[in-house]
Amino acid sequence: MSGSVLEIKNLHVSIEDKQILKGVDLTIKGGEFHAIMGPNGTGKSTLASAIMGHPLYEITEGSITLDGEDVLEMEVDERAKAGLFLAMQYPSEISGVTTSDFLRSAINAKREEGDEIPLMEFIKELDETLDFLEIDKSMATRYLNEGFSGGEKKRNEILQLMLLKPAIGILDEIDSGLDIDALKVVSKGINKLRDENFGTLIITHYQRLLNYITPDYVHVMMQGRVVKSGGPELAKRLEAEGYEWIKEELGIEDETIEQNA
Amino acid sequence: MTVETKLSFDKAYVEQFSKDRNEPEWMQKFRLDAIEQAESLEMPKPDKTKIRNWNFTAFNHDFKTGEAVSSIKDLPEELRDFFDEDKAPENLIIQRNHSVAYATLRDDLKEKGVVFTDIHTAIHEHADLVQKYFMTEDGVSVSEHKLTALHAALVNGGVFLYVPENLEIETPIQSIFWQEDPEITLVNHVLVVVDKNSSITYVENYISHNEEHETVANIITEVYALDGAKVAYGAVDNFAAATTTYVNRRGIASRDATIDWALGQMNDGNTVSENVTRLVGDNSTSQAKAVSVGRGKQTQNFTSVMHHDGKASDGFILQRGVMTEGSAAIFNAIGKIEHGGTKANSEQESRVLMLSEKARGDANPILLIDEDDVTAGHAASVGRVDPLQVYYLKSRGLSEEEAQRLLIHGFLDPVVSQLPIESVKQQLRQVIERKIN
Repeated sequence: MSGSVLEIKNLHVSIEDKQILKGVDLTIKGGEFHAIMGPNGTGKSTLASAIMGHPLYEITEGSITLDGEDVLEMEVDERAKAGLFLAMQYPSEISGVTTSDFLRSAINAKREEGDEIPLMEFIKELDETLDFLEIDKSMATRYLNEGFSGGEKKRNEILQLMLLKPAIGILDEIDSGLDIDALKVVSKGINKLRDENFGTLIITHYQRLLNYITPDYVHVMMQGRVVKSGGPELAKRLEAEGYEWIKEELGIEDETIEQNA
Repeated sequence: MTVETKLSFDKAYVEQFSKDRNEPEWMQKFRLDAIEQAESLEMPKPDKTKIRNWNFTAFNHDFKTGEAVSSIKDLPEELRDFFDEDKAPENLIIQRNHSVAYATLRDDLKEKGVVFTDIHTAIHEHADLVQKYFMTEDGVSVSEHKLTALHAALVNGGVFLYVPENLEIETPIQSIFWQEDPEITLVNHVLVVVDKNSSITYVENYISHNEEHETVANIITEVYALDGAKVAYGAVDNFAAATTTYVNRRGIASRDATIDWALGQMNDGNTVSENVTRLVGDNSTSQAKAVSVGRGKQTQNFTSVMHHDGKASDGFILQRGVMTEGSAAIFNAIGKIEHGGTKANSEQESRVLMLSEKARGDANPILLIDEDDVTAGHAASVGRVDPLQVYYLKSRGLSEEEAQRLLIHGFLDPVVSQLPIESVKQQLRQVIERKIN
């Protein structure tokens, strides 16, 4: 089997009775890199959170399936075990739990009882990945995300992504708050995962991340919908011309959800 | 054999008890004086917990010996959890019921004058030191309230540790107080005196099995750290559900001395706990860290006090509590700076995590300051598990239960990680695991 298929159809999502997504359609297959772009407040992060099952978001219409299985019927941890991963924009700080202990628990959660990862194998893999992402080894023994800088949190999310090896990785603004060196390292990590068994959805409102990661597909979100899709050239045009031309083309005056609610 | 629960203890009883132990006259007199005071003294009044209907005073007080063992390998499985099997403890007393089942102390420490013995032996062989430090006005005095007086009159177990000047002992010194018989009462006294510029690590465990049979534990610890001495004191209390416990651990720190506490307060029964550190000397310091997990219907009251007399004394209280099922607990933290305690610093943090709708818990921060030139601070919170933290952990594949479990252990870790012996730390984690499941 080569790769999984994540299929989103007519997805409507609301938070506290406010409609945010108003019919999103998107299909991501193993081997494909998708980028979702769009100005702030158009529903990009809501899409990421809804796919993962954030407790505050309610799906009011539509479907999400992974290899035909109904994702919306799954608990958050079942979604993770089925192969979904969300690198979060604001990861929680977990006091008292070291990054290393947490990662081992997470890896073992996906494995059968009695088939836990041998400790030495885990340490070796962790060390190699820390080196690859140019993360100081001390992060392994620090409490997860506690007192981490913004950049450390993002690198830690990519560290988790690389060790947990999901079928579909969703990266929610992984580039925000990163300096150019950190951006390069994070991109290097994501590019290393590129193969036919890994699909990704990269959410960003800066084109600059896409200088380091070349997407196969680019989608633009406005008003809680995907309003335009294309290839990498679409990202280039957005970088050069901004979003105004799309709004004109589609007759959109205000692209955000806020004003449209 | 049926046991007798005594509803009250009189002078005749106490005199006979002391005679049966062949105690010296001063000890017998001390006990008799205490029982007389016990009659008129009031019960302690822990802040915000009503203990009027708790039984602390009627119990079976028979002295019961426990079988001695020649090796720790002969102990039952559940007790062997307290040690690292491959590295047998070098300084250890195991008290089984009221008598010593096993005792060992490194020869070089003995030669240097370290005393580590049961309290009965200490009364006979180290009377001068015991008389100087045992329940005086400087430590826990007999007359504080009914339970301290009752303790003095009826003490039936405990250890005495004396460390002479200028000795840095790295190997931990360990006690295990094992109530094998579910029907007996433990009136246990731990007296630790660390002389000038010496340092030790001491760790103790209390364990009992009386799920049904109601009994009482009355525990007092007095720790004296003389000038420049350092004491790291760890404890895991694990009395079973039917034991009503009064536990009072007090430290007295002289000039430049340090007393650090790491207490795992894991009793399953109703408990009143006081941990008072008196920073008497200038530049004395203390960190008092304690965790508790409440379960079932137990009610507990924890009071942690930093009492600053000395100039530039530095005290920090850290309390963490997890409340499950129908349990209730109050966490009082008191920083008291006396007039004259200039440059003192008194900090405290109490946090309570509620895991059930029926559980009740409160953190009660108090600062009492009679001096101007000081610093002090407090933080307190009572809350539930953060659903976003649970979501984050679940999004990595951990189940709801596993996520909760990890968050609870993480919440308690700042205290658990302070316990100085690895096997005791692991054993405490196991107890926590049992209590939160």
